Amino acid sequence: MQFWIIQTLNSLALGGLLFLLSSGFSLIFGLMRIANLTHGALFMLGAYVGVSILKVIPNLWVAALLGGLAVAAFGGLLERFILRKLAGNSLGQVLVTLGFAFMIADLCLIIWGGDPIPVPTPPELRKPLVVAGVSFPTYRLVVVVIAIVAAIGLYLLMERTRLGAMIRAGVDDMQMARAVGIPVSKLFTIVFCLGAGLAGAGGIIGGPILSAYPGLDGEMLPLALIVVILGGVGSLVGAFVGSFIIGFIYTFGIALMPDLAYVILFLPMIFVIAFRPRGLFGRMTA
Amino acid sequence: MKALGWIALAALAAGLPLYAGEFYVNLTSQILIAAIFAAGLNLLVGYGGLSSLGHASYLGVAAYSSAWLSLNLAMPHWASAPIALAFTTLMACLFGVIALRATGLGFLMITLALSQVLWGLGYRWVSVTNGDNGLSGLTRPAPFGINLDGATPFYYFCLVVTVFALWMIARLVHSPFGAGLRGTRDQARRMAALGHNVGLVRWLTFVYAGFWGAVAGLLYVYYHKYIHPTALSLTSSAEGLLAVIAGGSGTLAGPVIGAAIVVLLKNYVSAFVERWNFLLGLVFVLIVIFMPDGLVPGMKRLWLRWRGERR
Amino acid sequence: MTIDRRKFLKGAAGAGITAAAGAHAPLVFSQGGEPIRIGLLTVKTGPLASGGIDMERGMVMYLRERNNMLAGRKVELVVADTGGVPATARTKTQELVEKNRVHVLIGPLAAFEALAIDDYIRQQAIPTLSVAAAEDMTQRKPNPWFARATSTSSQCAHPMADYCAKTLKWKRMAVIADDIAYGHEMLAGFQRVFEENGGRVVQKFFPPLTVPDYGTFLAQLKTNVDGIFLGFAGSNGFRYLRQFNEYGLLGKVTPVGGMTALDEAVLRNMGDEALGILTSCWYSAELENPVNRAFAPAFRKEFKYDPGFYAAATYTNGAMLETALNEVKGKVEDKQAFMKALRGTKALTCRGPVQFDEYGNVVGNVYIRRVERKEGRLVNSVIYTYPGVSQFWTYDPKAFLANPVYSRDWPPAKHLES
Repeated sequence: MQFWIIQTLNSLALGGLLFLLSSGFSLIFGLMRIANLTHGALFMLGAYVGVSILKVIPNLWVAALLGGLAVAAFGGLLERFILRKLAGNSLGQVLVTLGFAFMIADLCLIIWGGDPIPVPTPPELRKPLVVAGVSFPTYRLVVVVIAIVAAIGLYLLMERTRLGAMIRAGVDDMQMARAVGIPVSKLFTIVFCLGAGLAGAGGIIGGPILSAYPGLDGEMLPLALIVVILGGVGSLVGAFVGSFIIGFIYTFGIALMPDLAYVILFLPMIFVIAFRPRGLFGRMTA
Repeated sequence: MKALGWIALAALAAGLPLYAGEFYVNLTSQILIAAIFAAGLNLLVGYGGLSSLGHASYLGVAAYSSAWLSLNLAMPHWASAPIALAFTTLMACLFGVIALRATGLGFLMITLALSQVLWGLGYRWVSVTNGDNGLSGLTRPAPFGINLDGATPFYYFCLVVTVFALWMIARLVHSPFGAGLRGTRDQARRMAALGHNVGLVRWLTFVYAGFWGAVAGLLYVYYHKYIHPTALSLTSSAEGLLAVIAGGSGTLAGPVIGAAIVVLLKNYVSAFVERWNFLLGLVFVLIVIFMPDGLVPGMKRLWLRWRGERR
Repeated sequence: MTIDRRKFLKGAAGAGITAAAGAHAPLVFSQGGEPIRIGLLTVKTGPLASGGIDMERGMVMYLRERNNMLAGRKVELVVADTGGVPATARTKTQELVEKNRVHVLIGPLAAFEALAIDDYIRQQAIPTLSVAAAEDMTQRKPNPWFARATSTSSQCAHPMADYCAKTLKWKRMAVIADDIAYGHEMLAGFQRVFEENGGRVVQKFFPPLTVPDYGTFLAQLKTNVDGIFLGFAGSNGFRYLRQFNEYGLLGKVTPVGGMTALDEAVLRNMGDEALGILTSCWYSAELENPVNRAFAPAFRKEFKYDPGFYAAATYTNGAMLETALNEVKGKVEDKQAFMKALRGTKALTCRGPVQFDEYGNVVGNVYIRRVERKEGRLVNSVIYTYPGVSQFWTYDPKAFLANPVYSRDWPPAKHLES
C-alpha cells in the first residue's frame, strides 16, 4: 500500500514538473508551429542561471522569477533575430533550434563546468511530510501546487485577457487572425518569450529535485515532446492532462517494468500521431 | 568542360591513397559512408519534401543485424549482408506506413519517436544488443577474397559502393517516378487530382531511402567493427539531416558535400577547436539562415554570378 | 582552466617550472632529437566532461612537474576529445596514431570507448594505459597492449562487500547502480563477496542511466536493510543521495558507495548529508604516501579542488609510464620491450604501491574511506586499507575466468525479496 501511495505522489510531482516544462513548448508549437528543440536547453539554462542567482539572493522563488525572466529575454532575442528570419520555413526553424540547443549546452559547460550542481531546497520545505505513516519530500508536493497555480494562471491568461484571445485566434486559424488585424509578429515574440520563460523558471523550480548538470537538456526534451503530442498541440488543458498521464506512465513504468520504461513512453506518442494526430485535446493536427 | 571535371574528380578519388596518409584515407571512407546516408535521406527531404529526424534507425538496425548474425550465428558476410538489408527494408516498410499517416511536423515527430524507441531498445535489450557495451569483435567482409582490413582496400570498397549508390539514386531522381515524387512535394493535391497515388509514391520513396540508410549502416559497422546505441541517437539522425541541408537538399551533389562538412567538423576540426560542439551548432544555424538552400545551390549561384560578371 | 593542444605545446617548449613533486633526479639517456609522443583520449564535451577534464589536468601536471621530460627525452602530449561517443573515440584514436604518430595512448575514459578501439589497438600494436573499467579487456578477451592502472568495475567492490560483511557485520543489503555494464559488473562483484561471507542481497536496482528522478526506486527500498550499496558513476550518485535524504531515508538505511559514487569531484558540491558515508576506492586525496602528499596539495592549489578518481588515474598512469620508460632507457619505439617493461613495472604512485598482473590489470591497495569535514571542506578520509587487491579478489584467476563475465544476471541473485 505504501508503495502505491508514494508512487502516486511521485507521479504527481513528475507531472507537475513536466507541465512547467511542456506548457511553454505547447504554446510555441501550437501558435508558431515551431517544434522548439531548444526547449530542453532553455530548461537547463534556467536551472544553471538559477544556481548563480541563488548565490547572490538565496531565495528560490525570487531566483525562479528572475531566472525565468532572463531566459524569457534570451528566448525573445532568439525569436526576434533568428526565427523570424525563417518565417515560413518550418524545417529551417526546427534545425535552427536544434543548432541553438547544441550551442547552449556547450556554453553551459564552459560557464558552469561539467560537474552536477545542486540547487538547495528552501529551508522551510526540507523536512519530509509524513502522511499516514508515509514519508514524502515536502518540496515535491509544493511543485505540484506550483504547477496547478501556473496552470490556473495560464488559463486565465488565455481565456480572460485580450492577449489570450489573440493567441487562441492565432492557434485556431492564423490566416484569419492576420486578416482581422492581429499583430502576429509581435504575438509570436511574446509567446516565445512566455514559453521560454516558463521553461527557464521550470528549470529552477525543478532544481532541488533534479539539480543542474550537463545532459539535463537531452533528458527533458523528449519528455516535453511526448507530453505535447499526447495532450494536443496548442492546448493548455492537453499539456496539463498529458503531463500527469506521462508522469504516471513513466513513474509506474519504471517501477514495474524498468527495462521497457523508455520505450513505453514513446508508444502512446506514436499511436496518437498515427491515429489521432490532434492529440487528446488539440484542435488541429500536429 | 563538364566531362573534364568528372574525370578530374574520379582521378582525385581513385588516387587518394597515393597522396594522402592513412588517416585521411580513413576519414574519406567515413565521408563516403555519411554521403550514402545523406543521399538516401535527401530523397525524402529534398525530393519528397518530407523531413525525417529518424533516419539513423535504418543505419543502426542494419548495423546491429549484421553484427548479431555474425556473432550469434557465425554467419559469413555474403549471407548476413542481404539478410540485414532485407530485414531493415522490411522495417522501413512498416515505419513508412506508420509515419506517413502525417506530413510536415507530424511526420518529423513520428520519425523522431520511432528512432528514439529503437535507441531505447538498443540500450535496454541487453541480451540482443549488449546494451551500452555495444557489440564488438566484428570483422570486415572479404569480397572475392580481398582483405579489407587495411585503410586503402576498404576505401576502394566504400568508393565502389558509394558510386553505385549515388548512381542508383540519381537514376531514380531522373526517372518518371522521380518527377512524380517532386510533384508530390510541390503540389500534392494537384498530383492526386491527376490520378497519382501520392501516398504510394511517398511510401516507396521512404522505403527506398531506408534501404540506402541500411547500406550505409552495413558500411558503418564494417568500418568501425563495433556498434553502439549512440549510432541510433537523435544526434546521429540530426547530423544526417544537417548534411542534407548544408549541402543542398534537392540536389544530387549536395548531400555528398554536406556529409564531408559534417564529418570534417566532427572529426577533424575538433582537433583544433576545443569548443567544436558549439561550432557544430553554430554551423547549423548559419547555414540555415544564410544559405537555406544549402551550399551547392549557393555556390552555384555565386559561380554563375561570377561568370556573368566576367562577361 | 583547460589547456588546448596548441597552448600546451607552447608551454612545453618554454617549460621551466619545477614543482615540489616527489624529488626526481632525471635519468638522462641520449636518444637523438625525437620526442616521445603521448596521446590522451579524453572526454571534454558532453555529460562525461567533468571526469575528462580532470584526466587532462592530472596528466598535464605530471608532465609539467618533470619539465616535460621522461627518461631523458622530451615529451609531447596530444589531447583528443572523443565526446564520449564510441565512433568518435575510434576516429580520434586513428588520428593520434596515424596523424600524430603517438607512441603511447592514455585513456580512454568510458568502457564502451575502450571496446570500440580494442581491435584497432591490437592491429596497430599501440601500448595503451587505460582508464576505462571494462572487465573483459583484462580478463576473458585480454588485449596484450593494454595496461590498466585504475581498476576493473568490481575490483573495489569486492573489498567493500568484505568490509560490510566482516567489519560492519551487516546481514541484509540492497544494491543499486546505473543500468549499464559498469553498474552490472560492480554490483555482481559486490553481491558475490557479500553473500559468500554470510550476507544476503535482498534488493537489486538498476535505474536507467538517464532517469531524471529516483523517486520510484527510493519508494521501493525496504527500510529494514542494514545498508544500501551505490554503484553509480558521475553525477547520479550525488543526485540519488540528495533524493535519498529528501525521502527521509538517511537515518533509516545506511548508504555505502563504490569507487565513483562519492568521488572528490562530486563531493565538493555536497553538504552535510554526505558526512560519515563509507566508500571504497583505489585512491583518496587524503592518502598519506610520499607521492600523494605532494600531488594532492599541489593540485588543490592550482585548481582549487581536490584531485579525485580521474585526475589520480592519469597521474598514476604517468608514473607507470615513466617507470617503464626508464626501464627501457627511453626506447619507446621498441614496442615489445616497452610493453613487457610496462607490464612488469612496480612503482610507488599517488595511490600507493602498484604493479600489474599477467593480464595487464593493476594490483594495488584499495581503501575504505569515510566522508569527513576537514578544514571546512568534505574529504574522503582513509579508515582502512586492503593491500595488494587484484581484479580476481581472493579467487583463483583460472576459476574466476571460467565463470561467465559479471553481468546483471551473473552471479544469480538468489535471496531477492519482493
